[in-house]
Amino acid sequence: MEKEVPVLELRHVTKTFGKVVANRDVSMSVRKGEILSVLGENGSGKTTLMNMIAGIYYPDEGQIFINGREVSITSPKVAFDNGIGMIHQHFKLVDVFNATENIILGLKGKGRYNLKAAEKKVSEITAKYGFDLDPKKKIYNMSVSEKQTVEIVKVLYRGAEIFILDEPTAVLTPQETEKLFAVLRKMRDDGKTIIIITHKLREVMEISDRVTILRKGEYIDTVNTKDATEKLLTDMMVGQSTDLNIDRPEPKNVCDRLIVKDLNVTSSDGVKKVDGVSFVAKSGEILGIAGIANSGQRELLEAIAGLQKIDSGEIIYVDPKTNEEIDLRDKNVEQIRNLGVRLSFVPEDRLGMGLVGDMNIPYNMMLRSYNKGKSEFLHTSEPKKLAKDVVEQLNVVTPGLDTPVRELSGGNVQKVLVGREIASSPTVMMAAYPARGLDINSSYLIYDLLNKQKKSGAAVIFVGEDLDVLIALCDRILVLCGGKISGVVDGRKADKNEIGLLMTNLPEKEKIESDSGKDVSGNGR
Amino acid sequence: MNTIALFISRAVVQGIPLVYGSTGEIITEKAGHLNLGIPGVMYVGAVSGVIGSFFYEKNNPGALNPFLAIIIPLICSLFGSLVMSLIYAFLTVTLRANQNVTGLALTTFGVGFGNFFGGSLATIYGSGGSLALRRTSIIFKTALPFASKLGNFGTIFFSYSFLAYLAIIIAILAQVFLTKTRAGLNLRAVGESPATADAAGINVTKYKYLAIIIGGMIAGLGGLYFTMDYTSGVWSNGGFGDRGWLAIALVIFAIWNPDIGILGSILFGGLYVIYIFIPGLSRSSQELIMMLPYVVTLIVLVITSMRKKRENQPPASLGLSYFREER
Repeated sequence: MEKEVPVLELRHVTKTFGKVVANRDVSMSVRKGEILSVLGENGSGKTTLMNMIAGIYYPDEGQIFINGREVSITSPKVAFDNGIGMIHQHFKLVDVFNATENIILGLKGKGRYNLKAAEKKVSEITAKYGFDLDPKKKIYNMSVSEKQTVEIVKVLYRGAEIFILDEPTAVLTPQETEKLFAVLRKMRDDGKTIIIITHKLREVMEISDRVTILRKGEYIDTVNTKDATEKLLTDMMVGQSTDLNIDRPEPKNVCDRLIVKDLNVTSSDGVKKVDGVSFVAKSGEILGIAGIANSGQRELLEAIAGLQKIDSGEIIYVDPKTNEEIDLRDKNVEQIRNLGVRLSFVPEDRLGMGLVGDMNIPYNMMLRSYNKGKSEFLHTSEPKKLAKDVVEQLNVVTPGLDTPVRELSGGNVQKVLVGREIASSPTVMMAAYPARGLDINSSYLIYDLLNKQKKSGAAVIFVGEDLDVLIALCDRILVLCGGKISGVVDGRKADKNEIGLLMTNLPEKEKIESDSGKDVSGNGR
Repeated sequence: MNTIALFISRAVVQGIPLVYGSTGEIITEKAGHLNLGIPGVMYVGAVSGVIGSFFYEKNNPGALNPFLAIIIPLICSLFGSLVMSLIYAFLTVTLRANQNVTGLALTTFGVGFGNFFGGSLATIYGSGGSLALRRTSIIFKTALPFASKLGNFGTIFFSYSFLAYLAIIIAILAQVFLTKTRAGLNLRAVGESPATADAAGINVTKYKYLAIIIGGMIAGLGGLYFTMDYTSGVWSNGGFGDRGWLAIALVIFAIWNPDIGILGSILFGGLYVIYIFIPGLSRSSQELIMMLPYVVTLIVLVITSMRKKRENQPPASLGLSYFREER
């Protein structure tokens, strides 16, 4: 290997947010004219690391070198001045402007403002790299893929040499992904350096020259793609299993509680989010749902809770007393409740969907029982009592019951929410990322609460992101990949690497059935 | 024919304060700030001009220097509206106060301020509760000398004072600025999506401050025109009426285009005075006719909302404070 100065180099970079370490002592280098994949699970610190290069965050420790020269990237503008452009997952575009106006926005122009000339320059760039873009098209008329193109051209127009793309394919169809990759290869051949943040192994293998793997904020290794296998990369990505000492009682009185058959959900922008999902959640056990972020977990839970319109499929609830089957399809939250189904849902967006931040704890308790009682006046004594119980039993740290929930810390907010949901003694309990952002003690408290529900005979559905936790807590784990079930594994026998592979790939046989060769449909979406 | 020419010229005279007000408000709203304080700003613009010219007249009992007679009230008026819009900008941009509440408070304050100082001057020095600055007004109202020689054509196009033409010029310049310049593009981006503008390296706070202040100063000139020209230098409390609110309504009618704002202002001005030109109206039907501008605004709102054309919608972040994400 020849000795050359890397176009971008990080040395011992560390970044912490409060007590959480996002990146610890990361050193890596990027060569000019290569496509480098940065691979890692959710929360492995990929995006944080790249944001430091793009000037969104500033590293606590460590140095960044560009072409061998140390730089201090304090803002996105400084990054631009150093030839670094980042394409974020959430596009920053003005809807009512056309493509060209968005591209030249904020530029200090030489001479007079000339939209025609800018349009011509945009057309030249798109022609050179094979983008498909009408410079006069308004953003609000564009598909997601076109918007992404505008973002990339914007960075090119400003003369960047190093491109960072944050999960660029997460929002694209397989065909659009192919197109994007073709463009990226052309850019590489033109001498541009490209860094792709991703957790999709297939794409890593297809597009990149080298792969850098991060795990839990730490740098693991960089390998040449041609020497790597999917198995090797998965092992490096998920690492060795660690024992967490989470209690897992044996399931008792197991019987079918919630039956989901061939469920299909399409999001409002026409993307299929849940694709033919069937499973049974049983009473007295915890069913884990694993999967990369946005693999359809949210839509699946919301469909069951009556918050999401479904295209087709069945959702059947088995009444624990009468064994009667109740159809929950196309019922809203109130209808489900009126059927006597005790369904609890802890959504991932706690203060958005779960609680009202500006209201105090008793009022938040009332959100579940507001329509109980006969008179038009609110019953405040019961919610107050419940709030008191929750605060005492779950050790919620709060100045008082009347404190707005917004002012509590994340862990305490979650305790209030979970406390309210279990107070209705549910028969089905769904929790999405209930321990996200919580410290160790709060996390264990939440796991204990889920286990208590399990012991009392509820069917618990737990959506998690930490595979170690899923394996330690759940009886069965259902793995989602691109809205489809790619496997169901037994929590007691599960292997972390096996789940990791399932999360990024559909099982072999289905792959062979669905395509022959290059098609990436259903994969990693 | 004479009546029609007269009607059009009255409509224009009525419309000019609205041109100033709506142009100022459009520039402000394009930065994402709904300034409901515009009626107050215009009121202060008016009374500041009156105060300036009152003291100039008082100290010069003889003939007035035409240049000073115009420049003193002009600068006083601009200064008054500058202070008012600076208060609004500081509260809503820097302190991120609620724009609606701030604006309404500013209007209440501006009207009270105007009535107090204007009313005090009128009580002390005026007669019958009003103050007349006729000598200054005559200078302000100087029209082009050949207007009267051109008959109806002259009446429609050349019979106005310089502040009227200035209003049209400012509105056209504002239109050119917003649609044809780089700074205009940046300003519109700030009003649509400040986060995008910020990421593109635009100084969002600077653009917001400048747009609010310049917009406010333009609107304040509408107040000056009203007192110096429309009422011939007579200040009476409450005389400005609801023109400030009409100017804000006009912004919607003009779908945020200052050039349409000119036409809309003249149309609204016409609707405002049409009752004078319809013979035999009772007092109550006059009031009904005076309601027409608001009815037209409601109709425009209904139509633009139904058509749902994205370009015709308010700036996307209108009324919202901008928090830069934690870095």
